[in-house]
Amino acid sequence: MFLTYLRRELRRRARQAILIAIGLAVGVGLVITVTAASAGVRNAQAAVLHSLYGVGTDITVTQAPTAGSGGFGFGFRGRGGGRPAAGTKISFNRLSSREYGPIAATSVAAIGRLRGVAAATGALTLTDTKVSLTIPSFSSGGGFAGGDSGNASGGRGSFKLPDNFSIAGVDLSTGAIGPLASARLTSGRTLAVSDASSDVAVVSSDYAAQNKLKVGSAISVGNSAGKSTSFSVVGIVSAPSGSANDVYIPLARAQAQAGLVGQVNTVYVAADSATQIASVRKEISALLPKATVTTASSLASQVSGSLASASSLATKLGRWLAIAVLAAAFALACLLTMSAVSRRVREFGTLKALGWRSRRVVGQVMGEAVAIGIAGGVVGIGLGLAGAALVSKLAPPLTASLGQATGSATPGGARIFGGGQPGGFSGAGGFPGAGGSGGFGAFRRLAASPTVTVHLAAPVTVNVIVVAVLLAIVGGLLAGAFGSWRAARLRPAAALTRVA
Amino acid sequence: MYKLTEVTKTYGGRNAVSALRGVNLSIADGEWLAIQGRTGHGKSTLLQILGGLDRPTSGVVELDGQDLAQLSEAEVTAIRAKSIGFIFQTFNLIPTLSAQENVEAALVPLAVPASERRDRAARALTQVGLGERLRHLPSELSGGQQQRVAIARALVKEPTVLLADEPTGNVDEETRDEIIALLEKLWRELGLTMILVTHDTPVARRAERIGVIRKGKLTISQDRRPAPAA
Repeated sequence: MFLTYLRRELRRRARQAILIAIGLAVGVGLVITVTAASAGVRNAQAAVLHSLYGVGTDITVTQAPTAGSGGFGFGFRGRGGGRPAAGTKISFNRLSSREYGPIAATSVAAIGRLRGVAAATGALTLTDTKVSLTIPSFSSGGGFAGGDSGNASGGRGSFKLPDNFSIAGVDLSTGAIGPLASARLTSGRTLAVSDASSDVAVVSSDYAAQNKLKVGSAISVGNSAGKSTSFSVVGIVSAPSGSANDVYIPLARAQAQAGLVGQVNTVYVAADSATQIASVRKEISALLPKATVTTASSLASQVSGSLASASSLATKLGRWLAIAVLAAAFALACLLTMSAVSRRVREFGTLKALGWRSRRVVGQVMGEAVAIGIAGGVVGIGLGLAGAALVSKLAPPLTASLGQATGSATPGGARIFGGGQPGGFSGAGGFPGAGGSGGFGAFRRLAASPTVTVHLAAPVTVNVIVVAVLLAIVGGLLAGAFGSWRAARLRPAAALTRVA
Repeated sequence: MYKLTEVTKTYGGRNAVSALRGVNLSIADGEWLAIQGRTGHGKSTLLQILGGLDRPTSGVVELDGQDLAQLSEAEVTAIRAKSIGFIFQTFNLIPTLSAQENVEAALVPLAVPASERRDRAARALTQVGLGERLRHLPSELSGGQQQRVAIARALVKEPTVLLADEPTGNVDEETRDEIIALLEKLWRELGLTMILVTHDTPVARRAERIGVIRKGKLTISQDRRPAPAA
């Protein structure tokens, strides 16, 4: 009786039932299409981001300097530990690590082996301090004479204020990340892997201008003993604003000059993908509990172009549009169902007079509404699949511009990460191929514009279809609930006296 | 069967209306009572209270010793399902169900199995002369045939009480006579207690007792019941 009554009633008000079903179908279809499009955009973004292998540095690792380390004395003591004699000339050029404490180079390799790490490289961020002075004769009051900046001379002695500049020791084998990766070569050449043991340097354009340096000039780089070594300038680079380094030399030479062989004081880490940055950060913190681990800003926010626009459109506008249409479909279903119940008041009153309990009448109304909901859901699935197929077929190729390709001063040449080989980078802190898979052949040379083109597909998963059907049934139940509430409240006497 | 004591029914609102005013009435088992009166004087209200479709504002409505006014909605519905058959002036058939299915609808609350429902419905329709119209929809039946379906629906569950509200109000004279003759026949054969509301005097005169309701007050104007044995 239930199914017979249900079927016959839906056939009697077929037009209204079809209208409700279509409303629900459009809402459900839109949900499926937008969800599929969003999934497609996410997949496209993941493909782009994956190809970036975390351009630039995602995470930096440093360590606070230990007390008393990194600094240096001026060596004013004379022989026997007393005050040097007046007139003694003191001159030294010392290279030291003042800002950060040392990290063993083996830690860099260990970081490189962590899950989710595409590459890790170590660097030394050093300060070169040049001092030149003549010990003055001391009066009973002590202290130096003079004291203004620049040369101060007088009968009692002279000094020049210390001359500081920053030096970065760059691991040339993994130069695609690190302090030189984002710089742009403006003249000469950048450092090559073959320069690992050479006294060559690349200087920033600002430092070159200040010190009137050009390619071929010589600069003095100090060492831990205060002695100078001459380095030849082979290139001048324009570094991004905020870059703190004036001079870039090979890491091995920086380690030797600073007396920090086998050590670095900054580790630059690139993650496999933006989504793994947080977990990599955790792993590094567990590996080096005393280190300061800092993440770079979100990689995804650096991807611009039509892919980013499509993502915004799909997630924001698309989602709200689907919700609005579904809400309208639910409201329509509720209103029409209540209207149908109103027209059947006498019928329901008769059934109650025959002894039908309210819940049986309510069940009949709910059954009719759910049947319409299911029909709407089935049609909606078809509409959604068709919509997703249309999106896949007709969507234009989307482009993504990469926020940070490596600069032209990258040792070995500018490039972006990726190339499809697993593990892209080798192990860190060493020479090519050491400790990792894929090696540096995995890097693609930057030949063209750093823009990636992706074709949007809109995949429909079983989960989405199940959710869509559930939404349609919920819509039916909602409509049925409104109608049933009305039917349940009917008093038979009042219902029977209604004019049909 | 029925005993009504000081039953009143007032419909509230801005313009309160007293549909029944202090009705006292006893109805014996197997009796045929006709209630006459002008439109709007309380005939249908009295019938609805007798059938448990509405509750009195005050008073007692006893059916076989149970006060219907004190029972829950579910209990009254169960009594209606089992013991009370209704016939309405406008037939009140479900338009989407066939004649047989309309009759079966009365057996649904009694949890009668489907096959037995079909058989009993077919027999009931045959009894009222519609054995060949089982699969016809109400829209395919005449007024008289629709009322016969309604009678079959009311009687298929073998009730003890039959309440008929203007059963001939929507049919022509000839059909009216057919319907009343059928009802009388069934009343005699089945030993029903039948309360029939009508404004039609020839119809009312066929009953054993006639009650006249006027502005909510009931008086008995005819009593042709046989005197009880001494």
